[in-house]
Amino acid sequence: MQLLEFQAKELFREYGINLLNSISSTNIEEGRKHAKELGYPFVIKIQVPVGGRGKAGGIQKCQNDDEFEIKYPQVMDLTIKGEKARAILLEKMADIKKELYLSIFLNRSKRCYTIIASSEGGVEIESVKNQIIKEIGLGEVSDQIAQEVAKEMGLEGKHAEGVIDTLKKLSKLTIEKEAELVEINPLAIMQDDTIMALDGKFVTDDNSNFRHPELEKYQEKSAIEEQAEKSGFSLVELDGDIAVVGNGAGLVMSTLDMLSDNGGKPACFLDVGGGATTESVYEALTLISKLDRVKGILVNLYGGIVKTTVVAEAFLKAYEDNVIDLPVFSRLKGTESEKATEMLQGSRTKIFGTVEEAINAAVMGVKN
Amino acid sequence: MTDIFGLLKGKPEDSDYEKKGVIVQGITGAYGSLHAKQMMAYGTNVVAGVTPGKGGQKFEDKVPVYNTMQEAVDATNAKISIVFVPAKFFLNAAKDALEAGIKLLVAIPEHVPVRDTMEALDLAKQKGAVIIGPNTPGIMIPELIKIGIMPPMPFKAGKIAVLSKSGTLLYEISDALTNSGFGQSITIGIGGDPVNGTRLIDAFDMVKDIPDLEGMVVVGEIGGDSEEMLAQRIIDVGFNKPTVAYIAGRAAPKEKRMGHAGAIVMGTYGSAESKVSMFNKANIPVAKRPAEVPVLLAGKMEKSD
Repeated sequence: MQLLEFQAKELFREYGINLLNSISSTNIEEGRKHAKELGYPFVIKIQVPVGGRGKAGGIQKCQNDDEFEIKYPQVMDLTIKGEKARAILLEKMADIKKELYLSIFLNRSKRCYTIIASSEGGVEIESVKNQIIKEIGLGEVSDQIAQEVAKEMGLEGKHAEGVIDTLKKLSKLTIEKEAELVEINPLAIMQDDTIMALDGKFVTDDNSNFRHPELEKYQEKSAIEEQAEKSGFSLVELDGDIAVVGNGAGLVMSTLDMLSDNGGKPACFLDVGGGATTESVYEALTLISKLDRVKGILVNLYGGIVKTTVVAEAFLKAYEDNVIDLPVFSRLKGTESEKATEMLQGSRTKIFGTVEEAINAAVMGVKN
Repeated sequence: MTDIFGLLKGKPEDSDYEKKGVIVQGITGAYGSLHAKQMMAYGTNVVAGVTPGKGGQKFEDKVPVYNTMQEAVDATNAKISIVFVPAKFFLNAAKDALEAGIKLLVAIPEHVPVRDTMEALDLAKQKGAVIIGPNTPGIMIPELIKIGIMPPMPFKAGKIAVLSKSGTLLYEISDALTNSGFGQSITIGIGGDPVNGTRLIDAFDMVKDIPDLEGMVVVGEIGGDSEEMLAQRIIDVGFNKPTVAYIAGRAAPKEKRMGHAGAIVMGTYGSAESKVSMFNKANIPVAKRPAEVPVLLAGKMEKSD
């Protein structure tokens, strides 16, 4: 999960990383109060769990009350990469000498934590040529490595000290919270030569959540996502009208790709996990029934050792209990598929021999 | 380099040639016992099980259960284990196995914290052992040995190596291969986690020198740069056996985790486009859908004839 900037900064503050004064709010009344407390000028920053906020107009300078009244609601109403504002952060305007870049991430191919630093900050790091990359193993960054990084960034004196200090704190935070990525971009050298984190990005390893109850308050899940998680499913909501259900993340992604290739628009990605049982498929259908935009359900199950009759039972039960009232286009690979097809005769679930047939039928089906 | 066939089959002069012993960690749990039975039915020589506190029992009236891996290894001399414990206990189970001398550890659990995987890998490296997974369907030589949770139906003995990040896509694509007359010499599940004990390049190194290998299929998905690294390695070593790839997740939105912990695109890192373009650079066609894999493979074989 990617935390919002203000949440990342809460963690930064806890670890002693220097920050500008800032306050987050979720409505303009609250915002007005904070504006008074903070004093102009400040920056209005949209809080969404994706990057590219600046380009999308989600970060606006604000000099006075009049500007505030216009810009706060403007920023609040933005949708960036499909994400609506969760909050607005008001942050004091900074007097900056220079912008730097600093991050620690879990290096998947090298299987260790890795530092990326640069003397060019404030832009997307992918576009920066001058990157310093250091693999640091599984432990915290050593004094020696931290000094090397500062030196390679071309920093001296107070600036070097500040970056070394920040890097060590950032590394402690990364390791103690088991983050996949912690990024400060930009990390700024201020006019008074102090070092401050002007932005913050923090991506957790959700598989380690059980060891981090302190991060639970940042968990942001829709009711339906929460229910999916309880059932052991993975659900990603998308904005189309055909719900895609299958077993195994790879297979569901593959179905999503094929559906999109054939002109269909997926409403969700729902992986019920490796095995499929009557209960799990029934629950999946229950979840989908809660998504208003769905006009049809595409099911792609590679049963293997699972009997397809078991899945057919789930469909029948879901119609019987009025859980769903939608057409289901299904491809069930596994044992007893003939019997399953027979069971579903006359129901609103159609079984197809291949994924393509099921997809094409679904695309046609939702058009009517 | 890991001699994977040496570990899985052994040498003809070995007394346990083609029936290497496998220990099942978590054999008394619902999941572990189901798949222990399935593996035994497939012909895998399950020699022991381990469940702390359940030592002394017999699984299915014949497989002895031990409390620790050390006891199980002492009694059986097995070098292979498969782990079915819940994710939060994986690291301890892996340490127990590696300390006891296991050389091939197949890690089935999903949702293992990345840090635990990295620690287990660190220990495996010190001990000269290999970890497959976590979050893998396992590894198999069709019709000989299955160490994993895959259904037997899609697989047939043959001469194509299949490397896959995804479980069900491995079944789906092997099924398509089998139906087109392409049996498999070995299938290796890499796993869907961000950090894999055996990366695609490691799995490639395990299979690239199989003497009668006729081709290779790589089933990748968005996230990380495992596929890109593999494509580069294929170029570097001049591997020229017919190879076809498939990448799942082209239509997935960015910055969303698609079911697998590792399946996430960050900026351009991990994108399908990046992987496809690297495979193209290595002259490896990328199938648009699973059913296309055997077609492309057949095409590649014709050209190489």
